[in-house]
Amino acid sequence: MDKFHSLKGIAAPLPIVNIDTDMIIPKQFLKTIKRTGLGVSLFYEMRYDNDGNLIKDFVLNTSPFDKSKILVAGDNFGCGSSREHAPWSLKDFGIRSVISTSFADIFYNNCFQNGILPIVVSPENLDQLMTAAKNQIEFTIDLPEQIIKAGNHSINFEIEEFRKERLLQGLDDIGITLGYQDKINAYEEDKKNKKPWLFKDN
Amino acid sequence: MSNQGPKTLFDKIWSEHLVGQREDGTNLLYIDRHLVHEVTSPQAFEGLKLSNRPVHRPEATIAVADHNVPTINRQNIEDPQSKIQVETLAKNTKEHGIQYFDLMDQRQGIVHIIGPEQGITQPGMTIVCGDSHTSTHGAFGALAFGIGTSEVEHVLATQTIVQNPAKNMRISVNGELPFGVNSKDLILYIIGKIGTAGGTGHVIEYAGSSIMGLSMEGRMTICNMSIEAGARAGLISPDQTTFNYIKGRPYAPGTEHWDQAVEYWSSLPSDNDANYDHEIVIDSSEIDPMVTWGTSPEDVVSVKGTVPNPSSAKTENKKKSIERSLEYMGLKPGTKITDIKLDKIFIGSCTNGRIEDLRKVASIVKDKKIASHVQAMIVPGSGLVKKQAEEEGIDKILKDAGFEWREAGCSMCLGMNPDQLKPGERCASTSNRNFEGRQGRGGRTHLMSPELAAASAITGNISDIRDFT
Repeated sequence: MDKFHSLKGIAAPLPIVNIDTDMIIPKQFLKTIKRTGLGVSLFYEMRYDNDGNLIKDFVLNTSPFDKSKILVAGDNFGCGSSREHAPWSLKDFGIRSVISTSFADIFYNNCFQNGILPIVVSPENLDQLMTAAKNQIEFTIDLPEQIIKAGNHSINFEIEEFRKERLLQGLDDIGITLGYQDKINAYEEDKKNKKPWLFKDN
Repeated sequence: MSNQGPKTLFDKIWSEHLVGQREDGTNLLYIDRHLVHEVTSPQAFEGLKLSNRPVHRPEATIAVADHNVPTINRQNIEDPQSKIQVETLAKNTKEHGIQYFDLMDQRQGIVHIIGPEQGITQPGMTIVCGDSHTSTHGAFGALAFGIGTSEVEHVLATQTIVQNPAKNMRISVNGELPFGVNSKDLILYIIGKIGTAGGTGHVIEYAGSSIMGLSMEGRMTICNMSIEAGARAGLISPDQTTFNYIKGRPYAPGTEHWDQAVEYWSSLPSDNDANYDHEIVIDSSEIDPMVTWGTSPEDVVSVKGTVPNPSSAKTENKKKSIERSLEYMGLKPGTKITDIKLDKIFIGSCTNGRIEDLRKVASIVKDKKIASHVQAMIVPGSGLVKKQAEEEGIDKILKDAGFEWREAGCSMCLGMNPDQLKPGERCASTSNRNFEGRQGRGGRTHLMSPELAAASAITGNISDIRDFT
């Protein structure tokens, strides 16, 4: 997995609440069997008209936001479907961090699987960052220090330690768990005796 | 969460499945059953291949194609990308020795319909699937939640998932349900009350006499939409209704283990004095048949109500959000819900595509005709639901009324297959999401119960089942 240490760049403001994963990447793009190539379809219905032309005033279609590395968005970002295509499309577009007041659980988790840092801030801080983003102020996100800097603002954020470590080191989660193979096997042997109906061959 | 003291249903399942703690402090949770479908699995199987990892326990996984499949002429999938996805699932499952119900198998259907139908879903289990509506299986007292594709790969490779415990929330609904009010109205009402982020970080346990009085089908509708309240999972204590439903199904415990299983399942309900991080109590007499007016499942109102006015919103953000929704939905504030004219009716999905739902619709539309300006389609949740409906003559009643009778799949709930709304079309839908573009770009979705959708199909407007006799 890609590492995440720090990030410097323009942040796109998207002041909409409840942005769902259908909005982030609509269904027609879920037919792929690859993880890549989805960036061009990110926020498809807000970005393109019925004929597939760019909608010029949508933030990600305007300069300099078309090169955004960060998204600042309204509450409950990433609600809805579990599709990992949502973080895949954000990453493929170039976005490596999303800032909001809250995230839906599955989306939040999916971000970390893909080297994207979702950051939860207070409503007051979100307002400040939204304004800074609109004013095209450069953001700096420092994961080791857990700080977002934008203009005069310096905002600390919380992150669970294991998630931080995984991003900093780009760890392979499956590889780590496979290190506990003996424990998993022992668990299964124990349950085979205690709950045999769960081990009936399908 | 302590090991001693009273425990919730969630706490009990959690501690039973804890394999251990990793050095990074995270918990490894054992997964009893893994359901796999064509859309969120190809990249997971590819990942296994790239790192040369086998599937840890293939017999704990069941696969089916549902999201992408046509509901007519399914011998040949016309969309080349959909076809590749379905073929990829067939190939991957064969390669790894995973049971797969193919498109021609009568057991094929929506993954969350067939799990319970086959007896795969059982109390006390942990169940995951790369689909957010996995919460459906919580109706059996199983801890069931949706996961992303990277986690699908993790479960295939290790039969475990990395998790930290959720918080416990209990929503109790008490009293006899008023006439015309059913499980769909209950869950829409709950989502309206707590909001789409109300359950974030929590597992919601539904309790109370209104919930425990529901059939398994009704309980599944409730748990199914837990994700629309932001919760990771929904849970309902297993009881005799649960055991009766499971008994005799193909993957249910056989006679040799039945009593032992029931004994274990009977120990699962939450202890009387268990603690919850949040408690909500609802009196069911306050609930009407519910309909969504906007583009989030929390945008609900009684069918007797009106479209809200943005100016009555408490915050500026909420006002903007209502304005945006109304513009998308093409609705004016103050419009009576029953004055909203429909173009399409969709009955189906993992929320309401079970036999009980189809029976209710049939009883309402029997000897009637759908309004001349609507197109109505009914998509059974599985091949076996379809077969049963045909044996009961339900298909004939529905076809006589003017409904299209389709093959099983997710269909217009998410419109990955050809069943989609056109821009501006307005649909009464028994599914679970009314997001912008969900059922087709520019399509306008009103979520409601099968009863309301059936009555609305006949009148051509959103209709109150209580006025409809």
